[in-house]
Amino acid sequence: MNDKMNKKNSQPLSLRVPEPSGRPGDTPDFSHLQMDPAGVVERPEVGSTPYQMRDLAFRLIRVLDDEGAAVGPWNPRLDPETMRRGLKAMILTRAFDDRMHRAHRQGKTSFYMKCTGEEAIAVAQGMILSREDMGFPTYRQQGLLIARGYPLVAMMNQIYSNAEDPIKGRQLPIMYSAKDYGFFTISGNLGTQVPQAVGWAMASAYKGDDKIAISWIGDGATAEGDFHNALTFASVYRAPVILNVVNNQWAISSFQGIAGGLETTFASKAIGYGLPALRVDGNDFLAVWAATQWAEERARSNQGATVIELFTYRGAPHSTSDDPSRYRPGDEHEKWPLGDPIERLRQHLTVIGEWDDERHAAALKDAVEKVRAAGKESEAIGTLGQSRPSVKTMFEEVYATEDWRLIEQRREVGV
Amino acid sequence: MSEQTTFTDADRNDGVEPDMVDQNAAPASEATGAGVVSMNMIQALNSAIDVKMAEDANVLSFGEDAGYFGGVFRVTDKLQQKHGLTRSFDAPISECGIVAAAIGMGAYGLRPVVEIQFADYIYPAYDQIVSEAAKMRYRSGGQFTSPITVRSPYGGGIFGGQTHSQSPESLFTHIAGLKVVIPSNPYDAKGLLTAAIEDDDPVVFFEPKRLYNGPFDGWHEKPVSPWKAQDLAQVPTGKYVEPIGKARVMREGNDVTILAYGTMVWVALAGAEHAGVDAEVIDLRSLVPLDIEAIEASVKKTGRCVIVHEAPKTSGFGGELSALVQERCFYSLEAPIARVTGWDTPYPHAFEWEYFPGPQRVADALKSVMTGGR
Repeated sequence: MNDKMNKKNSQPLSLRVPEPSGRPGDTPDFSHLQMDPAGVVERPEVGSTPYQMRDLAFRLIRVLDDEGAAVGPWNPRLDPETMRRGLKAMILTRAFDDRMHRAHRQGKTSFYMKCTGEEAIAVAQGMILSREDMGFPTYRQQGLLIARGYPLVAMMNQIYSNAEDPIKGRQLPIMYSAKDYGFFTISGNLGTQVPQAVGWAMASAYKGDDKIAISWIGDGATAEGDFHNALTFASVYRAPVILNVVNNQWAISSFQGIAGGLETTFASKAIGYGLPALRVDGNDFLAVWAATQWAEERARSNQGATVIELFTYRGAPHSTSDDPSRYRPGDEHEKWPLGDPIERLRQHLTVIGEWDDERHAAALKDAVEKVRAAGKESEAIGTLGQSRPSVKTMFEEVYATEDWRLIEQRREVGV
Repeated sequence: MSEQTTFTDADRNDGVEPDMVDQNAAPASEATGAGVVSMNMIQALNSAIDVKMAEDANVLSFGEDAGYFGGVFRVTDKLQQKHGLTRSFDAPISECGIVAAAIGMGAYGLRPVVEIQFADYIYPAYDQIVSEAAKMRYRSGGQFTSPITVRSPYGGGIFGGQTHSQSPESLFTHIAGLKVVIPSNPYDAKGLLTAAIEDDDPVVFFEPKRLYNGPFDGWHEKPVSPWKAQDLAQVPTGKYVEPIGKARVMREGNDVTILAYGTMVWVALAGAEHAGVDAEVIDLRSLVPLDIEAIEASVKKTGRCVIVHEAPKTSGFGGELSALVQERCFYSLEAPIARVTGWDTPYPHAFEWEYFPGPQRVADALKSVMTGGR
């Protein structure tokens, strides 16, 4: 016994720190990705138990194949007009991003975040759910507002913190808040809003209403405790909520393996909580649509929450403060094997004879013009520092009514 | 209602520390019907939630052990049995999840009242309270609000060791957007909790657990009379509201003002008696918003100020009170402001009565400000 206690372990241990498959200067390598061809993953009944469908957490639901055909059991069989609306909303979202990114470079705002490559997610999901439902977005779901026709000028006013900023110059640009459009106020603290979405959904169920909630979180932020708290509450109380994990491969400079993505898929995190999981090609508008509809039907029929991992790639920098060439191969985005969501839906519509190059060019031109017109209108009100809401509003809405401290401090500022 | 909700007397005291159960307690109030009965603070708090739940279907209550069992301190006792499983229920051991879910519910239009079993466990929920609930109205330009009440037993004097005794109020008073309320007696507990539930802003409501079953004057070796002997334990069974932001003068005096809240109100009263000083004792009742007018009027009258709280001294709320009194009453002050507080150590188990500010320390401070004049 004593001998055994004194014996040393035979080998020294070593610490593993995961590294991505490529760094700047390397050739992009996506050979490790688990991807199914389009159309091969089964579509379970909405009432299936998580146990029956757990393989789906490790597969990849895809509808659009490489030739642009919509195939397999997940094909949502959308009418061409709906698809055209989706395509135009994605084009508009990208045009908006491009202009606002340039506006930052021109010093018109302090900050901007593009969603390049991820447009299908917010646009499709924003089109499926009602404005009565509540979205708990991250800063990369601007497509939701755009797909729902929220005024571009109001978005820009928020970005410029100008006199017409709907949230009165209080938030970082892109942290929109639009209750009437089913868009919850965005927090800069990652993950915090996922359990709030669950609470919101619990409230709807408690009231016997018919509204559901939908939330988004990035792959990186799934490491936050809030994500796991949310899954526990969603499962325990069978909350009518759709819990999206947008796996865009990069959390600023940390690849998704740092959040645990090398060990398993993000969708599979749902399994341990007894929740159904779908892993979906996030660059495939039709796959996103179909999976969301599945989860929506499950939530609306009081069968509870679904976790959806949307597998995509963040093509642009994390934000205007980020330079991705410092941590990943420069051409990694172009080599992304699941392509570009706009090009893929365009190809599909073209293949079925509902779109052509001429219409595409017209849609691009129209989007740029819409954004330009909104830009002119917003910039006339003012860009950052040129105009802003009354300083008086700085002291308002801290509480429902001002207390003596705020009144005294406001007077000290002279407003 | 499911058979799960069957509740027996045998369940009642299970798991509750013997010294926390007042065998002489009056029966809990009914949600309906008028009248005034003697209640301890637990019953008064229970009555507040009960009455609000009966009145407003948007009010619901949940937390760890808060449903079927009614909370380890029994504050939510029988609410599930009365109002149903979906209105008063148990939550996972996830303080962050509890508060986050409440925030989502509040944004929906409900008025959730959540229990954090001990204030020492509020830290996992800190981000949700501070970054989310507190900022919701402001950051959304008024589009979303967070009308939630976070209840939590706090403070020492029950031999709870360092994880069942802390007073974290100053961590919340520093946060714009939060209200912080701390009652010191059954009457205020019910009236203020009712106000908190009806408040459109998030309220952190700390319940001094040393006072749950009876007043406590800090003389731990001497017997203390039960709540029912106190006027402030005569509690209406129906609804009433005590406005948040109004202090209560507990003892009128002319020579020195003592500012206190929670358990320390009773320690301050005992300390004033012990010192034989004509002290005015003010129970702040809410730290945010603060009744600055009451403080100012009293200190200008007495010319001296002693501040008493259980929390550690450094960056405690006493520092803020001291600064406010100095800013507003400097020319009325006859002596430096004194603070009687917990020590800047973690809360110790074996040294509870050395840590816990008692009447002797209050009396010493009173004597020092009375003799330390200019």
